[in-house]
Amino acid sequence: MFLETSNLTKKFGGLTAINGVDFSVDKGKINAIIGPNGAGKSTYFNLITGVHHPSSGKVFFKGRDISTFPANKIAKQGLSRTFQTTNLFEKATVFENVVVGHRLRTKSNLFDAVFRTKREKEEGEKCKEKALKVLEYVGLSEITDMVVANISQEEKKRVAFALTLATDPEIVFLDEPTAGINPDETEKLSILIEKMAHEGITVCLIEHKMRMIMNMADKIMVLDYGEKIAEGTPEKIKSNDEVIEAYLGGDASA
Amino acid sequence: MRVILNKKMLIVSLIVLAILFPLFVPNQYYIHILTLAFIWTIAVYGLNLISGFTGYLSLAQAGFFAIGAYSLGLLTVKAGMSFWLAFILAPLITSIFGLLIGLVALRTKEHFFAIYTLCVGYIIYLVIDKWDRLTEGVRGLMGIPSPADIGPISFSTPLGQYYFVFVVLLLVIFLVYRIVNSLTGRSFIAIRNSEQLAQSLGISTMKNKLTSFVLSTFFAGVAGALYASFIRFIGPEISYTTVVFDLLTYMIVGGIGTLSGPLIGTLLIVWLSQNLQFLQDYRMLVFGPLLTMLIIFSPGGIVGSFHSWQLKRQERKRLNTGSLNN
Repeated sequence: MFLETSNLTKKFGGLTAINGVDFSVDKGKINAIIGPNGAGKSTYFNLITGVHHPSSGKVFFKGRDISTFPANKIAKQGLSRTFQTTNLFEKATVFENVVVGHRLRTKSNLFDAVFRTKREKEEGEKCKEKALKVLEYVGLSEITDMVVANISQEEKKRVAFALTLATDPEIVFLDEPTAGINPDETEKLSILIEKMAHEGITVCLIEHKMRMIMNMADKIMVLDYGEKIAEGTPEKIKSNDEVIEAYLGGDASA
Repeated sequence: MRVILNKKMLIVSLIVLAILFPLFVPNQYYIHILTLAFIWTIAVYGLNLISGFTGYLSLAQAGFFAIGAYSLGLLTVKAGMSFWLAFILAPLITSIFGLLIGLVALRTKEHFFAIYTLCVGYIIYLVIDKWDRLTEGVRGLMGIPSPADIGPISFSTPLGQYYFVFVVLLLVIFLVYRIVNSLTGRSFIAIRNSEQLAQSLGISTMKNKLTSFVLSTFFAGVAGALYASFIRFIGPEISYTTVVFDLLTYMIVGGIGTLSGPLIGTLLIVWLSQNLQFLQDYRMLVFGPLLTMLIIFSPGGIVGSFHSWQLKRQERKRLNTGSLNN
């Protein structure tokens, strides 16, 4: 098993946000999590990536129990994520935003900083090269020196992608990567996501745009009120009565 | 390339200016004021590291400044230690306090961190004020020696002190420059921009915040030790809350989170308050509104505003050349 959650549960006080979810992410594929608003999709992501810790149940990555790891340790294992709102620093350039992404693969400490050791210089170079490489990968080579405040929403999404890629991930979690951008740009981002999957990076994403998901996902899990109500290929999900009910409230005419 | 050259020239000429200053202005009083300003600048650089570059507003900086000053004072006056040993130990002692307090304080965030550290600063003040068997309390600690001579170099004259403090200041600025422009500094800045994002990028936020906080207290300790050896008399009031807000003003006016901000802000405010001395305490009537206006209209301070002006100009240039090419 590549990444697996078993009986994953999260309670916030009296509210059960995630209730006993068993799911496994397929390696090298595009895995999607869908569900109505408030279904617990983001919480599910937060549990896997260490932002929250599960109340019960476990997260296994390559057979290792990572449910109690802090977020930074999880990132080092090769699990990277984006956030729903792009958390970029608006006043800095695209390059400056991305260059910190490779920091977790470097070892330089305060001593190296003060004495500007060979290690510091080499690793600094490595980070810069990595940043330029991932920016090229996401198609932003032209605008590396632009201030983030002055670039488009779609470009910001691409910067966020570049940032996760700079961590050398094996699996990326994308929390609504196409929220707030137009259909045309959504199409372009889908192509980028598919490119990542083709090159061996496992993708796991949350989305609301059904047409996009149904076209690109290999495997879909549907959450509703914190519980998994369906899992399978897009075809299977499309014809699942429970899913249709959760989305449309009982009427299956859609 | 030309910009870098210009910057280097500017720095060199500023250093030369500072070296020549006492020759042009042989007025002891001005040298005294400038030496003091340099000492405050060092403390502000520490404050800027944790608050400006890491995003945690620490209001205990005056407390740590006082720990540095009293460490030097007590070690030399009461323990009879040699000056230079005490001068090395004082910042280290301050850093140890910083480490212990940081471990607890950094579990809080944002306003809570600011309030928590404000309280820590006040507690440090109370301890110094009330524990008079150790610190002499309100009577103050007297007879602190000035830096001992090293061979032929004497630090007992105001001029010697001025150059000594200036060299330490240069060293501090150099250290902060190196740190801010390193991978470690980049981690600090990432935490400031978004702690959640930094952590999800694999940066150990607690370790980095603690490093930054301890460094900030180290610089406060250096400044405190310099102050004690310069003024040679210290009282509890150096740890009082008003001192923190002075430091904060210097930092905000100069430019929070910038490399040259602390120096510019401190020198400017010290110079201003010297020139407005005739207004006595009514000076605050000038400073208050000025500071309020600054925070509303230009929260980046002098250096921050200059940077954003430069950015805007570059952007406009880029757009212009872009349209020309089309």
